[in-house]
Amino acid sequence: MSASLDKGVRVLKEIIDAPIASYFSSCVHCGLCAEACLFYTETGDPKYTPIHKLEPLRRIYDQEYTLLGRLAKLVGLSKPVTDAELAEWQELVYNSCTLCGRCSVVCPVGNDIAYMVRKIREGMSASGNAPDGLKGAVTRTVNIGSPMGIKLPAVKAQMKHVEADYGIAIPLDQEGAEYLVMLSSMEIINFPEYLGAIAKIMRHAGKTWTLCSEAFEATNAGMQIGNSDLARVIVKRIVDGAEKLKVKTVISPECGHAYTALRWEGANLIGRPFGFKVQHIIEVLEEFRLAGLLKTEGMETDRLTFHDPCQLARRGGVIQPQRNLMAMIAKDFHEMPDAGFMNWCCGGGGGASAIEEGEELRLEAFKKKKSQLDAVKPKRLVTACANCRIVIEEGLEHYQMNVPVVGLTETIAEHLPDSVGNE
Amino acid sequence: MDQLQLLTWARGNGLNLALTIFVLGVIWRLIEIYGLGRKPDLSAPRDVPGASGWHTIFRRSVPPPGMFKTSPVSYLGGYVFHVGLAVVVFLFAPHIELIKNLLGVAWPGLPSQMVDFITVVTMAALVVVLIDRITKPVKRFLSTFGDWFTWALTFLPLLTGWLAVHHLLLPYTLMLALHILSVELLLICLPFTKLFHAFTAFGSRWYNGTVNGHKGVPV
Repeated sequence: MSASLDKGVRVLKEIIDAPIASYFSSCVHCGLCAEACLFYTETGDPKYTPIHKLEPLRRIYDQEYTLLGRLAKLVGLSKPVTDAELAEWQELVYNSCTLCGRCSVVCPVGNDIAYMVRKIREGMSASGNAPDGLKGAVTRTVNIGSPMGIKLPAVKAQMKHVEADYGIAIPLDQEGAEYLVMLSSMEIINFPEYLGAIAKIMRHAGKTWTLCSEAFEATNAGMQIGNSDLARVIVKRIVDGAEKLKVKTVISPECGHAYTALRWEGANLIGRPFGFKVQHIIEVLEEFRLAGLLKTEGMETDRLTFHDPCQLARRGGVIQPQRNLMAMIAKDFHEMPDAGFMNWCCGGGGGASAIEEGEELRLEAFKKKKSQLDAVKPKRLVTACANCRIVIEEGLEHYQMNVPVVGLTETIAEHLPDSVGNE
Repeated sequence: MDQLQLLTWARGNGLNLALTIFVLGVIWRLIEIYGLGRKPDLSAPRDVPGASGWHTIFRRSVPPPGMFKTSPVSYLGGYVFHVGLAVVVFLFAPHIELIKNLLGVAWPGLPSQMVDFITVVTMAALVVVLIDRITKPVKRFLSTFGDWFTWALTFLPLLTGWLAVHHLLLPYTLMLALHILSVELLLICLPFTKLFHAFTAFGSRWYNGTVNGHKGVPV
């Protein structure tokens, strides 16, 4: 056994808890999880059956934690997990799983399969079997500060642009502000309209907010690759920033996994509850709406639909707010089949979009989103995750579909009056 | 050992042995699984009505939106054979009599003709899900020796019981002995095979419902 395999197996042993033991003991091999997984439905290849993606973990559970499994191991009747096997599983655990959690909501015996894939990645990562694309993203996040290698000067440059374009000052390191606004690299590089929209919305709502020079990147490649030690380092920056600036709420940007990393995994990674609130920007907008702080003007008249980011909706519990917000500004809104709780993933979540060699499969899986869109034929698609947005744009381009993709936050901001004086 | 001796052994020592292994096995497995525990969730919960482990225990018995249409055989076959098994095991008068002798509790049973009909339907459903397992690529891909073995373990008591009641194939005494022995084999194997989902499915649903309920998602 190589040292890295040894390490991987040790980690896999450590992450097995009662839920995982219960899940493996309950599986009856019914295969219904396959029907919930877009990598299976769009390829028809049984190897993409979600529960099968956990086979190495299942065997380690069996061999280490069950009486019969331990006896079988003792007399040499069990098949040990090997380096080659883990290498083979890389495609199943990363490329073909976006942690969308559809399998977890259909399993008749109740197995939370996505929970287990998140865990098996810890062992895959420890044994050196994570994809290079994700390794690079994690290294850049830890060493430079963001998965795309963006540093503070780039953020500052964008702040300047936005200030010039919108005529609103972007606060940085403002102690005592109510909200700390986080960004994703994608928004810094590709979607500067997000920051402008935030500035406009906060001014409109009369709220104080700030960016933080030590913590501006919200995405967490450490969580995606399955390395909790690095995920902790990344989350800790945000916690330190929020505590230093004494903000009440940290706003997770339009990014699904950043939300999961901060809202649900964050406190568990650092080992103590947060002293501040974490909200996705959509939740903040909904709160503003309910408090009467969001007075939009005019309506979009073209045919619109909304793509639910998995980590926001099914894995995050935010399903209705985006619909309430759409209702404020969209006259011709149509839901895709399975929208909301059962929505299909864009195909690039959970770090999958960072894996170059997974692109072909990703585009194949995108046929699911394509069929959903074909059913509605929208003029534009609205979503609330920069990663979904990029992945969907790539898919649309590949299938030569002309559907612009926009963010919900910026769309809302476009319907706010241009200056405070108008209010 | 003649037929009567075999039946006597199956009813006496055999049953005691099987029940002992079953009870100890179940307790052992439950401790082995749930004794592993889990870490407390330190993130701030989102409270949503209907999002809890207890809700999921019940809710997951119903197909999630769109799923019935994709796998009607799995759902229909699954319902019929699970409900059928429960009815045959717990509502057949001779079974209630046995339970009364063992535990001292009893309840009214169903007319034996109705149980007979349900037994046939249950066996038919088991055959259908077996064919489904053989013909569906995903199911066949996932199947291991354990899947075929546990199918047989479940089917044999139904078949032997039905044959015994109808005095078919073998002399009644021998068939009844085989019926009881097949049940004993099922009891002995249950804690150590996938059949243990009869216990852990509730725990799994509870964990799934609790973990996701913490996030305000009724799963």
